[in-house]
Amino acid sequence: MKSKTIKVDVLARVEGEGAMSVKIQGRRVTDVKLRIFEPPRFFEAFLRGRKFYEAPDITARICGICPVAYQMSACHAMEDAFGLKVEGQLRELRRLLYCGEWIESHALHVYMLHAPDFLGYEDSIQMAKDHRETVERGLFLKKTGNAIVNLLGGREIHPINVRVGGFYKIPAKREFAALAEDLKSARDVAIETVKWVAKFPFPAFERDYEFVALRHPGEYPFNEGRLVSSRGLDIGIREYDQHFAEEHLAHSNALHSVLKDRGPYFVGPLARYNLNFDRLSPLAQETARASGLGSMCRNPFQSIIVRSVELVYACDEALRILDNFEMPDSPAVKVEPRVGVGHGCTEAPRGILYHRYRVDDHGLILDAKIVPPTSQNLKTIENDLWQFVDANFDMPQDTLQHQCEQAVRNYDPCISCATHFLKLSIDRE
Amino acid sequence: MNCASQQKILLIGVGNPLRGDDAAGRLVANLIRERQPLSFRVIEHDGEGASLIEAWAGAQKVVVVDAVSSEAPAGTIYRFDAVEQPLPGKVFQNSTHAFGLCEAVELARTLHRLPRQLIIYGIAGKSFSTGEHLSAEVESAVSHVVEQILKETEGKA
Repeated sequence: MKSKTIKVDVLARVEGEGAMSVKIQGRRVTDVKLRIFEPPRFFEAFLRGRKFYEAPDITARICGICPVAYQMSACHAMEDAFGLKVEGQLRELRRLLYCGEWIESHALHVYMLHAPDFLGYEDSIQMAKDHRETVERGLFLKKTGNAIVNLLGGREIHPINVRVGGFYKIPAKREFAALAEDLKSARDVAIETVKWVAKFPFPAFERDYEFVALRHPGEYPFNEGRLVSSRGLDIGIREYDQHFAEEHLAHSNALHSVLKDRGPYFVGPLARYNLNFDRLSPLAQETARASGLGSMCRNPFQSIIVRSVELVYACDEALRILDNFEMPDSPAVKVEPRVGVGHGCTEAPRGILYHRYRVDDHGLILDAKIVPPTSQNLKTIENDLWQFVDANFDMPQDTLQHQCEQAVRNYDPCISCATHFLKLSIDRE
Repeated sequence: MNCASQQKILLIGVGNPLRGDDAAGRLVANLIRERQPLSFRVIEHDGEGASLIEAWAGAQKVVVVDAVSSEAPAGTIYRFDAVEQPLPGKVFQNSTHAFGLCEAVELARTLHRLPRQLIIYGIAGKSFSTGEHLSAEVESAVSHVVEQILKETEGKA
């Protein structure tokens, strides 16, 4: 019997160890395991006994890539507990902030992490040697997203500018106006990005996933909506715990999320797109169609196109919000804590992020639950690899190894909140 | 940015304050801000590489401080001139992000976006587990790095 092991660092993170192993016996895959470390468990304990208004600031530290998502889910959960609605311009500004985070996160993933896979480069540094202008384009997009998050989210200050009920301070109208010019260029760059990535070679790979995302009556989802799936799930956020369960597996510190009695599911850009194509702006829809992407995409390797379409949408939506911006009377609505349980679920760049808090009548947090998107996709990633390796058994080891890494990156697994080293090993016996 | 702030030395403290010794870079940043607010422009940063390249855009003299995970004893201080030589991947590979400080430096080198002067300090951490606790070795190294930075930049801002 021949045995072969290759280990490759796919991702890096300061915390813990993560590893993915694929075992092959004869001509069959016999096991796939993704082991990761998951800090939200620590943060759940850390939040107990803290004041309600600390939750957005503390949870924003879980992930360096998507702090806005954590702030938003925390705020919405607290507002739900206190029976509060944030409407009008404050609600619009929250959407604007989310646009900024999607632009940053998607630009980083598309240009710096995923595109080199498709073009055969080890990383974006190697890619930059041959495609300098392309990488500069990615950095420009990233920078435009950063500018929104820095202006409105106040990332470099403490506490961050987001609070339960709204913001601490609303930037002046002229500061917003300065963003608009760059956003117009960024929108053009995003359209170019869709055209560019649509030409990449995509492995033929599809599975019959259950996609899960938020759906709102009038908008592509960021902060609000019902939780729906491609197999008929349609529930309010408060019903999350009745339908979703987290399973603890012996091989992983992380919990694997499943839909009760149904199994694994798929969250993130592909799920959002498939369940909300009709809610994209006309420009984003048109760009998607022109690239050859239909209103439904089941190939996770093509998620890079969908992420790029979402880049177009996020720039377009940000410009719409800026066009209609009027200074709100107050940066936040008044918050009066009361005893209760609050649920929040928003669309982080990588998919739905669920928060639940129980607070007492002084606004002290009694317990917290946080379910990040990456842990919801873990089982689906494992199943993808299982099927992918099974179907491509005769592929040379190097190519197989490379495409497996690419398959993991399809999900843009959140390295900050999920794992340190993800070492992929393929053992053939 | 005005002329005065352009002439200041840019100090970027990288890390996560809720990840044990990973907070080291930010602590150095805080201390430098308190000690020499006139000579330094100080930024605390989460370490994401692409935004690091933006952070140092336009600056002439830059010092970055980050915690590193290496086999050396906790508290070991590294100093690299990133303009002169590539960062040793062995020391900085365990960065906070898949696209972190090391990648930022090398991508910026390829794109000709390195500042004229870029000094990088690494402090070897002991524990990067979640929490606010800093190990004694790293706490002591933080003070040393602050003194070293102030000494080597004295009169140069």
